[in-house]
Amino acid sequence: MAAPNNIAKLVTMANQIATFFATQPGTTQAAEVAGHLKAFWEPRMLQALYAHVDAGGEGLSPLVLKAVERLRQPVA
Amino acid sequence: MKDFIIPGLDGAPLFSDRDYGTPARRSQTMVTLTIDGQSVTVPEGTSVMRAANTAGVTVPKLCATDSMEAWGSCRLCLVEIEGRRGTPASCTTPVAEGMVVHTQTDKIRRLRQGVMELYVSDFPEQTILGAANRDNKLQEMAAAVGLKQVRYAAPEGTKLANHVEAADAEGNANPRWLAQDVSNPYFAYDPAQCIVCNLCVRACDDVQGTFALTIEGRGFESRMSPGMAGDDYLSSDCVSCGACVQVCPTGALLEKSVIELGTPSHSIVTTCAYCGVGCQFEAEMQGETVVRMTPWKHGKANHGHSCVKGRFAWGYTTHKDRILNPMIRESITDPWREVSWDEAITYAATRLRDLQGRHGTKAIGGITSSRCTNEETYLVQKMIRAVFGNNNTDTCARVCHSPTGYGLGRAFGTSAGTQDFDSVEHTDVVIVMGANPTDAHPVFASRLKQRLRKGAKLIVIDPRRIDLVRSPHIKAAHHLALKPGTNVAVVTSLAHVVVTEGLFDEAFIRERCDWDEFQHYAEFVADPRHSPEATEALTGVPAAELRAAARLFATGGNGSIYYGLGVTEHSQGSTTVMGIANLAMLTGNIGRPGVGVNPLRGQNNVQGSCDMGSFPHELPGYRHVSQDATRDVFEKLWGTVLDKEPGLRINNMLDAAVEGTFRGLYVQGEDILQSDPDTRHVAAGLAAMDCVIVQDLFLNETANYAHVFLPGSTFLEKDGTFTNAERRINRVRKVMTPKNGYADWEVTQLLANAMGAGWTYTHPAQVMDEIAATTPTFAGVSFDLIDEKGSVQWPCNELHPEGTPIMHVDGFVRGKGRFIVTEYVATDEKTGPRFPLLLTTGRILSQYNVGAQTRRTSNMVWHDQDVLEIHPHDAEVRGIKDGDRVRLASRSGETSLRAFVTDRVSPAGGLHHLPPSGHAGQRRHHRLLGLGDQLPGIQGDGGAGAPLQRPDRLAGGLHQPGRAISSHRDGRGVTCP
Ligand code: SF4
Ligand code: SF4
Ligand code: FES
Repeated sequence: MAAPNNIAKLVTMANQIATFFATQPGTTQAAEVAGHLKAFWEPRMLQALYAHVDAGGEGLSPLVLKAVERLRQPVA
Repeated sequence: MKDFIIPGLDGAPLFSDRDYGTPARRSQTMVTLTIDGQSVTVPEGTSVMRAANTAGVTVPKLCATDSMEAWGSCRLCLVEIEGRRGTPASCTTPVAEGMVVHTQTDKIRRLRQGVMELYVSDFPEQTILGAANRDNKLQEMAAAVGLKQVRYAAPEGTKLANHVEAADAEGNANPRWLAQDVSNPYFAYDPAQCIVCNLCVRACDDVQGTFALTIEGRGFESRMSPGMAGDDYLSSDCVSCGACVQVCPTGALLEKSVIELGTPSHSIVTTCAYCGVGCQFEAEMQGETVVRMTPWKHGKANHGHSCVKGRFAWGYTTHKDRILNPMIRESITDPWREVSWDEAITYAATRLRDLQGRHGTKAIGGITSSRCTNEETYLVQKMIRAVFGNNNTDTCARVCHSPTGYGLGRAFGTSAGTQDFDSVEHTDVVIVMGANPTDAHPVFASRLKQRLRKGAKLIVIDPRRIDLVRSPHIKAAHHLALKPGTNVAVVTSLAHVVVTEGLFDEAFIRERCDWDEFQHYAEFVADPRHSPEATEALTGVPAAELRAAARLFATGGNGSIYYGLGVTEHSQGSTTVMGIANLAMLTGNIGRPGVGVNPLRGQNNVQGSCDMGSFPHELPGYRHVSQDATRDVFEKLWGTVLDKEPGLRINNMLDAAVEGTFRGLYVQGEDILQSDPDTRHVAAGLAAMDCVIVQDLFLNETANYAHVFLPGSTFLEKDGTFTNAERRINRVRKVMTPKNGYADWEVTQLLANAMGAGWTYTHPAQVMDEIAATTPTFAGVSFDLIDEKGSVQWPCNELHPEGTPIMHVDGFVRGKGRFIVTEYVATDEKTGPRFPLLLTTGRILSQYNVGAQTRRTSNMVWHDQDVLEIHPHDAEVRGIKDGDRVRLASRSGETSLRAFVTDRVSPAGGLHHLPPSGHAGQRRHHRLLGLGDQLPGIQGDGGAGAPLQRPDRLAGGLHQPGRAISSHRDGRGVTCP
C-alpha cells in the first residue's frame, strides 16, 4: 500500500495526464488516458492508483476515474 | 610533424590535415587551370591558393587558413600568372579558365625572402633560430622560402627599433615592448611575436562571433590587442574559445600546456564529453599525456571550432580528487573501505541478488548516464532487463528529453530533432525558444551567428534577454519576453496569427499532414481567446510584437526552430514541443535544409542514452516493452524472458524505496542527488535502500548514500560513441589507459557477470554490432562505418546506408504529420503577495551541469560563485544593491546568493539564478524548484515560493512555475549546459 504522500503524487500525476487529454478533440479521451497510464506506469503504481480509487478516489479527476474503469475491465 | 591516427584503420589517413588556405566553394561551374605544369579543375570562385593545394602544391602562407575567407595581408603567398602583371597574392586571387600559374620562380623566391626577412628582423631570435619546441609557422615559412640571413642593420651607434627586447643593453626600457599577457588560464599572448597577420582577429569575428580582438596602433606600432586599451585577455569580452590561438601562425598566442610540455607527438580523433553539440577533437598527445585538444576540421558538428570547455577544460581527467580504487561499506554511516575490484564486485552482486531473493525480482534497478557512451548505456539497460530481470531502468536525461520524445513522437513519429547543424547555413528565419546557445551550445551559437550576420532574421522567445538578442553585429528582429510558464500560450498565439491571417502553407499541409486533424486544430487556434491581444495580459508579450514575429516566421523564407530546456523542463513541456511541431508543419518548414524542429540537448549523450533504451517502458530504438515482436528479438539474442510491463522511473523507484518495495540501485555516471529537482525526496529514497552502487569519477553527493563505490573512467580512457543533438553518432577514442583500471563498460560487464550473465565483450565495437543487429534505426551502424565516414546520423539502415542528415524529407516517419491541440493550462503555482517573484535558472558557458568536471579546472576563473539576477526595480524596492548577498527562499527550501542587478531579466518579478559554482549551490537551488510534466513522466511536486530578502530585511517573495534556461556574464566572464 502506497504511503499517503506518494498517493498524493500519483493523483497529481494522473490528473496532469488527464488535463492534457481532456483538451484533445474527439471522444477517446478516457481511452487515451488509460493507454497512457498502461504504457508509462509500472504495475505497482497502477495497483496503488486502483487501491486509491477503491478507497473513494479522492482528488482524482473524473477522466482519470473513467480511465481506471477501462483499465480494470478484463480484456474482452 | 605529428602522426595522424584513427585507430582501427591502417594505411593512409582518410582525413587529410592539409590546410587549403581558403574555404571551399560550392559552385557547380568548374574551372580548369594549370599550376606549376599540373592541370587542376576546381569550382568557380576558388582561390588560386586552394586550387594549388588541390593539385598537391603548397604555397607558402602566413595569413590564410581554410576556415576563413582570405585577407591578403602577409604577401608571402604571391605567385606569377602568365599574361598578368605583378605578383598577385594567391589567397585572394580567384581562378580563371585557362590560367597558367607559377608558384616558384626566382622573382617570387626573392620577394618571399624579402617579406620573411622583414618579419624575422623584428622577431625574438631564439624562436626562429632556436629548437622548434613551439608551434611556429614563421619558422616553417622561413625554411620554406629559403631565408638565410637578415640584413637589416642599424646605423653605427644606434639600435633598430623593435618590439622584442624589454630594454636595451644600458637598461633603458623599450617603449615598444609589451609584456606577455598570461591572464587567460589556458593560453598566453606574447605581443613580441605578433606579426599583425589579423588571423586571430578574424577568427574571433568570423568564426567565433565574439569580436573581442582588435589591432591597436598603426604601422610599425600595430599589435593585436584584446578588448579596449588597458584590457587583458581575462578582462576583455573573450570567451576563451581558443579559435585565435588555433590560427596564430607564430606562437604569439599559444596554449600554456604546449609552452610547458612542448609539442605533441601524435594525435587521436575523439569527441567532446560536455554538451550536445558533440564537437570532435584531435587529442594531441605525448605518450599518454594530453598536450592539447584541437577541434577537428573534419568534425561535422563543429568544423574545426569549439568552446572553452571542450578545448581547455579537460584537467578534471587527471584531477587528484578522482577515486581510483573501489570502496565498500556495510552501512552509509560506516567509513569507506578500499578493496580490490574483485571484492567490490562480488560484494555488490551478492547484495543485489540477496535483495531480490528477499524482496522480489523488481526490488532493484539502475540509472544510466547521458555522460557515458552509447555502448555503456546499452549494457546497463541490458543488465537491468536481462540480468536483474526487470525494467527498472531510467536516466536523468528524462528531464531534458522526455517532452521532446513524446511531443515529436506524437507529431512526427520520431524522438529526435529533424536537422543537422549544417542546416542553419540555409535558414532565413530562426526561432530560438527557451535556449541560450551562446552559453549552453556555444559552437552551434557561433554557426548561428555566422548565418545571422549574413542576414537571417532572429526571433527569441525567452523571459530573459539572452546574449543573442543583442550581440556584436547581431540584433534579434523580435524578442518575445514572455512570463515564465506561458510557453504554450505564446506558441498557440503564434499559430493563431498564422492561421487567422491565412499564412499557412496549405499545399504542404494537404500533402504531408492529416487534413482532418488540421481542421480541428485550425478551429481551435483560430478561437479569439488565443489571439495575441487576448493572451497579452497572461504572457506579457505585446500583441503587435507577437503578430509581427508570427508573420515574419510564416513569410520570411526557410524557418527553423531551436529550443532548449526552457521549453522541456517545464510542466507543459510536451505540449509546448507539440506546439512547436504544429508551427513548423503549419508553415511547411519540415523536410529540407534550413528548416525543422531542433531540440538543443544539454549533456553530450542525452540523445544516445535515450536511443539506447534507458527508459523503463522502452527497449532500444524507442520500442515499447509491451511489443511482443521487439521483445522477441532481444529474448532470442539474450537467451532470457523479458518483462513486458514498464518498470519504475527514477522518482517512482525512490517512492517505492521509501515504501520498502525497492531496495537496491546501480547508478552509472550520474549524481542524481545533485541533478534531480527534489533533493529531499531523492535523499529519503536513497537512504531507505539497502544497496546503492555508485560508479563515478568523483565521490559525488549521491555517493554519500552508497554502499559500493566503483571508480569510473573518463572519455579519454575508453572507446565508444556519443550521439549528439543532430542524431550524429561520433566516435570516442581511447587515448590513455584508464587510471581506475577499467572503462565503464567493463565495470558493468564485471557486475553483470558476477550476477551470472556470462558476457564476453572485449571491445565496444561488439556492443555496437549488437545494437545494430537489434535496432532497425541503427541497422547499418558499425565502428568501421563511423571510422570511414567520420560520423553517421541515425537512422542508418538499408534505406539510408550512410545515415540521415535531415529527416522527414518525403514524408513523416509516422506517415501523416499530426496537428495536436495545445491548450494552455495555468501552472498550479502563481505569484501572489507572499511570493511575488518568479525564479528561472540558467547556464554559464564556462561551467557544465552541476560543475563536477568544470569546477575541477581553471574554468573557475570566470564564474566562481552562483549569481542571482534581479531587475533594478525589484532590487530597489527591496533595498538590494548589486553584489549584496540575498536570501532566497521557496516552499521547498532556501539559499543565499550574490545579487546581480540587471535589466536583462523582466521587472516585476523576474529572478534568474545562474548556477553552478558547484558545491552545494546547485543542490540548494534545485530545492527551490519544482518541475513536472506528467505526460512523458517527469515528476515534480510543485516547488514554490517564499520571501527574498537581504539577510537583514525581509523583502518580496519567490515562486517558480517552471525553468527557463539562460545565461549571464558578470562583467567579464564567460558563461554551461
Ligand atoms: S579565445 Fe577569445 S579572443 Fe580568441 S577567438 Fe575565442 S573569444 Fe576571441
Ligand atoms: S562543450 Fe559543446 S560546444 Fe563546447 S567543445 Fe564540447 S561539444 Fe563543443
Ligand atoms: S597568405 Fe595570402 S597574403 Fe598572406
